[in-house]
Amino acid sequence: MRWRDASLPLLVFAALAIAPFIGFGQGHALTLLARAMIFGMAAMSLSLLVGGAGLVSLGHAAMLGVGAYAVVVLDHAGVTEALVVLPVAVLAAALFALLTGAVAIRTSGVHFIMITLAFGQMAFFTTSSLAIYGGDDGYTLFSRMEVAGSRFLEGRLAFHFTCLALLAGTWLLVQALLDSRFGRVLRAAQQNEVRAQAVGFAPYRYRLVAYVIAGAIGGMAGVLLSQAAEFVAPAYLTWQRSGDLLFMVILGGLAGPHGALVGALAIVLIEEWLAELTEHWRMIFGPMLILCVFFLRGGLVGLLRR
Amino acid sequence: MSALLELRGLSKRFGGLAVTQDVSLSLALGEVHALIGPNGAGKTTLIHQVSGTLAPDAGQVVFLGEDVTALGLAARARRGLARSFQITCLLPGFSALENVALAVQARSGSSFRFFRPARGEAALNARAMAALDEMGLAARAGVPASALSHGEKRQLELAIALAMEPRVLLLDEPLAGTGAEEAERLIALLRGLKQRFGILLIEHDMPAVFALADRISVLAQGKVIASGTPDAIRADAQVRAAYLGDDE
Repeated sequence: MRWRDASLPLLVFAALAIAPFIGFGQGHALTLLARAMIFGMAAMSLSLLVGGAGLVSLGHAAMLGVGAYAVVVLDHAGVTEALVVLPVAVLAAALFALLTGAVAIRTSGVHFIMITLAFGQMAFFTTSSLAIYGGDDGYTLFSRMEVAGSRFLEGRLAFHFTCLALLAGTWLLVQALLDSRFGRVLRAAQQNEVRAQAVGFAPYRYRLVAYVIAGAIGGMAGVLLSQAAEFVAPAYLTWQRSGDLLFMVILGGLAGPHGALVGALAIVLIEEWLAELTEHWRMIFGPMLILCVFFLRGGLVGLLRR
Repeated sequence: MSALLELRGLSKRFGGLAVTQDVSLSLALGEVHALIGPNGAGKTTLIHQVSGTLAPDAGQVVFLGEDVTALGLAARARRGLARSFQITCLLPGFSALENVALAVQARSGSSFRFFRPARGEAALNARAMAALDEMGLAARAGVPASALSHGEKRQLELAIALAMEPRVLLLDEPLAGTGAEEAERLIALLRGLKQRFGILLIEHDMPAVFALADRISVLAQGKVIASGTPDAIRADAQVRAAYLGDDE
């Protein structure tokens, strides 16, 4: 890890840590920041695939969806203990990633995009048809989970810092993975697959493992999303959501997880800011994104580095 | 001496075109076996079948006594069959050192290690550095592969192949595009290295071929039309007609 790659995320984490004490401590601001951090985790996990492994997935929202619906299923069964729910949800998302990835990773390029989209849509329609969990209308959770029996997550600040800790942890994990032997093989296969094979690495297994890890992190983000809103709906799994995540990664920059982190925070916050200005905020947001893609080749973090 | 590598009756067609026809040849330890032939004779197609990027329609590739015909490029590479590419095949965003370190990593322990930074692994870097040094690239270790000169990229390809500690080295025009001086240095290097493994060499530079090869096979229209010592090949009338004659 290079220091200039680390300095930006550390700055972001510091800002998020002091935000509640410098005027962003009200309910609405904290809800927004939590949302930004949760999408930050999801985007960083996706950046492991897009930037690290060269796997452009258009189905990543399904990972969040599986995590969130694991919370719903367990809640319905009366299980609301985070120490049980979180591991189960993460494993469920990892399993979903393993099963779908095992098929999807046999393809590449446009085919990979289409097949991940197809799996994402399958998950979306499955959740829509689960009448027992509210179908299209979604499922309202009565409260946040307990952690070892305590109602600690109900505290606004406690939830904020829980998200922040997991956000920082996700960044550390993804960066460490990319820097490791494993990540080196992933990056090599992305740059030149034949070269990776010619020294003896068949990329499939490495890509699948990356896909499963990204899915697991996505599942964790899904759990947090369900806790932030205390509500879960199929809308979590739409392909537009997957597209948003992909956009966060690309807008932020593909050079590392810090790009996705910045991209996620930027998109969530700008969206909110524009929506306050005008009802027709998408008219401004769309062209803004187009300009960014045109003029920011290295993404937002590339801009900061110049 | 038993053969490191043996091709038995390899055949490959692309549509109506027979690019490899019943090719059989062998390679022993310490031997340089050169494949020559006019453009379009099927030399690179043959190398692809030996290295595992192309599957032959018929025939066998036997490597270290094992039939590896069904294995792909990566699996053959892990068994010690290294190849260089006619068109430079590197990791452009990696430094020269990291290009080689990846090859060392493939030969030393599992790559399913997730937390320790690979760039800091002294054992990998030391062996990668040794291979770079052997190719005279040590001073360029930190330079991204994309920023190397053409000749340096050729050297880096060889350094990667060496770092794989291969038993057999498949070299597809290693001298292509290098200057006369560089070529001479590479030839000297290859001659010094050949005791460690067997080399199957494709090269258009005839003086280099005759300087390096212990055995030469001549390929024309996918068939081996002659095989023998450099002297025998030089004297072969059929070869002169098919190929060498063109140069004179």
